[in-house]
Amino acid sequence: MNVLPRNPAARAAVRQGVSVSVATGLYGVSFGALSVAAGVGLGPTMALSLLMFSGGSQFALIGVIGAAGTPVAAIATATLLGLRNTLYGAVVSPLLQVRGWRRIAAAQVTIDESTAVAVAQPEPAASRIGFWVTGIGVYVLWNAFVLLGALAGDALGDPRAWGLDAAAAAAFLALVWPRLAPRRAQLVAGLAVAATAVLIPFVPPGIPVLAAAAVAIVVGLVAPAVPDDAPASPHAAAADQPENETDRESVR
Amino acid sequence: MTTTALWATVLAASLACFALKLGGHLIPRSWLASERVSRVTTLVTVALLVSLVVVQGFADGRTLTVDARVPALAVAALALALRAPFILVVVLAAATAAGLRAAGWG
Repeated sequence: MNVLPRNPAARAAVRQGVSVSVATGLYGVSFGALSVAAGVGLGPTMALSLLMFSGGSQFALIGVIGAAGTPVAAIATATLLGLRNTLYGAVVSPLLQVRGWRRIAAAQVTIDESTAVAVAQPEPAASRIGFWVTGIGVYVLWNAFVLLGALAGDALGDPRAWGLDAAAAAAFLALVWPRLAPRRAQLVAGLAVAATAVLIPFVPPGIPVLAAAAVAIVVGLVAPAVPDDAPASPHAAAADQPENETDRESVR
Repeated sequence: MTTTALWATVLAASLACFALKLGGHLIPRSWLASERVSRVTTLVTVALLVSLVVVQGFADGRTLTVDARVPALAVAALALALRAPFILVVVLAAATAAGLRAAGWG
């Protein structure tokens, strides 16, 4: 059975999309388990995964809730983390050329992975198929594995014993790693670490992350444009990367 | 947080996140052509993710602690430096923390 398209570029996009979907989808187990452990029940956990569908925002929201943060802090943190999806939407929209309900579907599956695969393709047809295979693939597998993790969460016991809290920290590290090349990004990362560490003991959970974002906004607005610090648009970032690097980009 | 507040939080945040995604598909490209806008967006993403590493790796409620998560993050950083794939990085970090805790530390 060969369901791959004939066009070689499109075939490559499909293969890339499937591998990214599997790698990302598996990770949903830890979200499901952590979410239930944070006191978010099965229903809200699945609602988050199906409706919010943006890993960084999902982890941030349950992190704030688990740390007894306020609803406002939880919503604000998750929303700020989802802001980059706006940029992604603007980037992939011209590639997709869709209207009506397809545009709604495209918006919902506009995430790090689908954008990275789409913009890494050499031609528009491959970009389109790469976007949809990755977006739908991650959506289906991520939600399936979140459900599995949420259901197995009780059976697994304390997720800390399985190192799932460390896994979440490592996932954020892996997500930010490829973005740390420009010097200005390193500067902002250093300031963000300092702001977060200083504030954690003094303010409610969720606020340190917002403060770090505010620092980045200030730096971004006041810093002069420099040639060596070209904005890492998904196009620029993904275009230079070989296939296996896309997995590493797979951070939502 | 009550069940009602929890659901309200989940639904409001989900709606906001979807609106942000859809907004990107609806706005004219020219609006984002500004170098400054894309620079801020890029830096905010970096700051948020780094801040989450600190919170998820070093915070215990409102206390900063060093436990099994820290060596796990070191292993993850080493794996990333060696260009390991995403899933391997996450698995190695989990295994490191789980192993240390099984051995009675952190």
